[in-house]
Amino acid sequence: MFKHMVFSSALAGIAAALLLSVLQMFWVTPLILQAEMYEVAAEADAHAHTADDHTHNAVAWQPEDGWQRTVSTISSNALMAIAFALMLTGAYALRKPSGILQGLAWGLAGYTVFFAAPSLGLPPDLPGTSTAAVLSRQGWWLATALATAFGLGLLLLQGRWSLRLLGALAMITPHLLGAPQPEIVTSLAPEALQTQFRWASTLTNGAFWTVLGMLSTITFNRTPNQP
Amino acid sequence: MFVLSPSQPETLATPRPVAALSAILLGFTLLLVVGFAPLAEIHNATHDTRHATGFPCH
Repeated sequence: MFKHMVFSSALAGIAAALLLSVLQMFWVTPLILQAEMYEVAAEADAHAHTADDHTHNAVAWQPEDGWQRTVSTISSNALMAIAFALMLTGAYALRKPSGILQGLAWGLAGYTVFFAAPSLGLPPDLPGTSTAAVLSRQGWWLATALATAFGLGLLLLQGRWSLRLLGALAMITPHLLGAPQPEIVTSLAPEALQTQFRWASTLTNGAFWTVLGMLSTITFNRTPNQP
Repeated sequence: MFVLSPSQPETLATPRPVAALSAILLGFTLLLVVGFAPLAEIHNATHDTRHATGFPCH
């Protein structure tokens, strides 16, 4: 069972990650690189890590611009997609999806949990945008994803109205508390670039999750399952 | 001689809820490494993925 789950997740994850990588290569990464040009031009402070970071902080390895960076991103996308697929597949083992349409629904749920809900408070930002401390944002992000997953489960996977209400509350709470925000919002990249980046990441992640949800049910249902 | 039969007894297979929970935890751990690990090398390798997916970065 477990081996089958890992195998079907890897298959679906890698395929969906390849699609995401192609979309990003044409639409998202160019915006990140453009934003980094503003960062370099502004000779951003020591915390900014741009392609030219080694000039002031030559400690950590980083992929060189070009194929190294592309390969790094594709590999990271693949690992991330396999991680998401493993979580979806864990759910499928408990509730076998009847077909591709349920896969689509699981994909949309994943998009809500891991993209839409966190980005309501912490929208995807370009390099060079001022933000609150990274640890507090990561904490809020993770807490929001967990609360949204818990809440969606209660809302959609069971029928008791009292528990549904609890689910809705769980989903709203992180947003009532509010995401950690910087004291002053500044961005090196122009507003138009930020807006474009937010659209690009919203749509590419939507396409990614749609495909991942459907593919993962296909690989889960159709690959041989031997204990 | 020991021969693996194609249909092993059910007791040898991982129970379904255990397999499900293991997959979810493995996935979550992997997600923490790709999206959240503070180690500079990992951060640099996953930088563009983190930005493009909306993980808090920097």
